[in-house]
Amino acid sequence: MSNNSKPWHRRPRTALAACAVASLVAGLTACGGGDGDEQSSLGKDDTLTITTFSEFGYDEQIEKWNADPERPFKIKQTKIAEWDTWKESMTKALQAGTELPDVIAVEGDAMAALVAEGANEQFADISDPELDGRWVEYAYKAGQTTDGKQIGYPTDIGPEAMCYRADLFEKAGLPSEPADAAALFKDWDTYYKTGEEFTKKVPQTKWYDASGSVAQAMLNQVEFPFQTEDQKVNVENDELKAVYDTVTKYSPTLSTKVVQWGEDWQANFTNDGFATMPCPGWMFANIKSSAPDVTGWRIADAFPGGGGNWGGSFLAVPASGAHTEEAQEVANYLTNADSQVSASKAAGNFPGNLEAQKTLQSENAEDPYFGNAKTTEILTNRAAAVTPGVPFKGDKYSDVLGLFQTAIQRVDEGEDPETSWTTFVGAVGNL
Amino acid sequence: MLKTSPQASRSPQGPSALRQRLSRWDVKYAPYLFVAPFFIVFAAIGLYPLLYTGYLSFFSWPRFGGTVGDPVGWANYVHVITDPVFHKALVNTVGIFLLSSVPQVIIATVIAALLDTNLRGRSWWRMSVLLPYVVAPAAAALIWSAIFADKSGLANQMLGVIGIDPIGWHTDRFASWTAIATMVNWRWTGYNTLIILAAMQAVPRDLYESASLDGAGSGRQFWNITLPSIRPTMIFVIVTSTMGGLQIFTEPRLFDTNLQHQGGANYQFQTLTMYVFNTANSATDPYPRAAAAAWLLFLLIVGVALLNFVITRAIQNRGAR
Repeated sequence: MSNNSKPWHRRPRTALAACAVASLVAGLTACGGGDGDEQSSLGKDDTLTITTFSEFGYDEQIEKWNADPERPFKIKQTKIAEWDTWKESMTKALQAGTELPDVIAVEGDAMAALVAEGANEQFADISDPELDGRWVEYAYKAGQTTDGKQIGYPTDIGPEAMCYRADLFEKAGLPSEPADAAALFKDWDTYYKTGEEFTKKVPQTKWYDASGSVAQAMLNQVEFPFQTEDQKVNVENDELKAVYDTVTKYSPTLSTKVVQWGEDWQANFTNDGFATMPCPGWMFANIKSSAPDVTGWRIADAFPGGGGNWGGSFLAVPASGAHTEEAQEVANYLTNADSQVSASKAAGNFPGNLEAQKTLQSENAEDPYFGNAKTTEILTNRAAAVTPGVPFKGDKYSDVLGLFQTAIQRVDEGEDPETSWTTFVGAVGNL
Repeated sequence: MLKTSPQASRSPQGPSALRQRLSRWDVKYAPYLFVAPFFIVFAAIGLYPLLYTGYLSFFSWPRFGGTVGDPVGWANYVHVITDPVFHKALVNTVGIFLLSSVPQVIIATVIAALLDTNLRGRSWWRMSVLLPYVVAPAAAALIWSAIFADKSGLANQMLGVIGIDPIGWHTDRFASWTAIATMVNWRWTGYNTLIILAAMQAVPRDLYESASLDGAGSGRQFWNITLPSIRPTMIFVIVTSTMGGLQIFTEPRLFDTNLQHQGGANYQFQTLTMYVFNTANSATDPYPRAAAAAWLLFLLIVGVALLNFVITRAIQNRGAR
C-alpha cells in the first residue's frame, strides 16, 4: 500500500502549491486594477468607511447614523493615532492607486498639496452650492482648487489661545488669573521676556512645551513663510529667518528641547516640565488626556502678535472609491452644524461650521478642567484675531514645515544654528 | 518502481506505452514542476518589482499623480548621488553594518563553540539563544527604544550609577549607531549561532580525538580543526548577514523620535533603506527617485556580497593549501 499511496499524497500537494501561486498572482493583478469609474449602489447593510486621525469626536454622530433605520447604509470609522502616520499611508495609497477609505480626513497643512494640479484629480468633486456660507470663508477656500473645484469640507479650525499653568505662575510671582495673565501674552517680546523672568524664579520648569510649537505659532503669522504666491519655494526670506533666529536664540534657556508628541513631551504635562503652550482648540483635549490630575491648567484669551491658526482639518472623498456620491453625503453629514457641535463637545475642536459656532456661543459652556473657562467665547475671540489667508500655504508647505521643525530640533540637540540653517536650505532645495 | 499505479500492476499488458512515457516524463520533468512554484512566486514578487523599479527610475512621476510621466534619463540617479543626505545615509549604513555584522559573527561563533561542548540541558540552552529571534522586530524595537531613551532610559540610568554622564543615544551619531547595532545583534546573534552550531556538529568527532591524543588543547582544536571545518558555513553566515546588515530598516525607523522619520534630526542614523522609504514620500518625483536609490542600494549590496565572497574564498584557499 505504501507504494500506491505515495502518488496520491503528491497530487493534492502540487495542486495546493499551484493554487497558492495562482491566487498570489491573481491577487497581484487584482491589486493593480484600481479603476474608480465603476460606481455601485449601497444597501442597508453595506458600510462606508471613513478614516480620521487623532480625535475628531465623531463617535456619537456615527452611532446615531448607524442606529437610524432610515439611513440607506452604515458608516464605519477607523481612527489613526497620529496625523504623520496616516499621512504616510494616505500618500502611498494615492500614489500607487490602491484602495482608500470612502471618506478620509486630511490635516489642513497638507490640503494645499492635494488641491494642487495633478493631485486634485484623485479626489471627487464635492462642490455643492447649497453649502456656500456654511463654513468660515478662508477654511472653505482652502479646500478648493484654483478653478473652484471643492475637494474638502472643513471640519474644525485652529484659532490659538495660550494655555498656561496658573499654579506655576503663582510660584514665580506672575499674575495667575487668566484676565491678568493675558497681558503677558500680548506680543512675542513680552512673552519671551516674561519667560526669562519665569525661568530665573522657577529654574526646574521651562517656559514652553517645545521649540517646535512656538516656531509654528510665530510662523503662522508670517504671510509667505515658505512659498511665494506663484508656488515658488523661497525660504531665504527675512521674516522666516527672524522666526528661526528668535526660536533658536531662546532654545537653550526657555525650551524643554523635547520633540512635540514624543513621550518626554507627554510626560512634561504632568511633571511641571513647562509653563505655557500655544493652544488651538483641539489641543485642549490633548492637555486633559496628558495631565488628567493637574489642576493648574488655564486658558488666556490672548495670543502673542495678534492671532494665529494652527491646524484644522478637512474631509475629502477619494475619486477611486466606488461610492463617491454616498461618501459626499457622509462628509456633508459629519460637517453639518449638529455633528460639529457634538464633535466639538466631545473633542474640544473649534468648528469651522458657522452655525455650529453660533450654537456653541449661545450655550457658552464653561470647562471645569480649565478653571471654568468659557472656551467657546475665547476661541471665537481668537478666531476673530486671525488674519485670513495667513500664512500662505503652497503645495510644499507641509514638506518644508517638516524640514523647518527638524532644523530647530537640531539646534535643540546642540548644533550650531547657522550650520543647521544651511542644512535646512540645502534640504529644501532638494525637495 | 515508485510510480507504478495500481491498475498498471494488475494488467501488465494494458496500454503500457503511454503509461511508460508518462512515467518517464514524471521522472524527467516532475522535479522542475516542484521547484517551479518558487520561481513563479519569485518572478512575480521579486524579479518583476526589481525590473519595474529599474524601468521607473528613468521616468518622472509627480506626487499624487495617477500615472507615470515622461522619461528623464539619468536625472533621478544624479539627484540621488548628489544628495548630501544620501551620502550620510551611506556612511551610516556602513557604520551600523560594521558595528553589527562583525561582532555578530564573532560572538555567534564563540557561543556556538560553547554550546558544542557537553553542557547540561543542552537543548534548553540552544533554544534560549534563539529566543530574541522569535520576538517581533517591532516589539523588540519598542523595548530597546525604552532602554535607550535619552532622558528616562535604563541604559543612561545604569551609566549614571557608575558615574558616567548620560549619553545622547538619539543625538550623537556614534552612540545612535551603537544603540541600533545592539538591537540588531541581540536579534540575529542567536540565529547565526544555531547555524554555526549545526556546522560544528557535523565536524567528525574522531578529528578531535586524534588531536587530543596528539596533545592539542581545546583552544588549539578550535583554531585548527573547528574553524577550518566550518568555513563554508561561515561564508554563508557572513554573506547573509552582510545583505541583512545593509538593509537595516525596522530598528532605526522605530528608534527614531524625529517627526519626519529621517533618522534623527541631523540624519545621523538614517540608513539607505530608510532613505529609499523617505524618498518615496518626498515632494518631487517620489517614486522614480526612490527607485533610483533602491537600485543603487541593490548594486551596493551585490558589490559588497561579491567582495565578501572573494575575500572569504581567498582565505579558504590559502587555508586549504
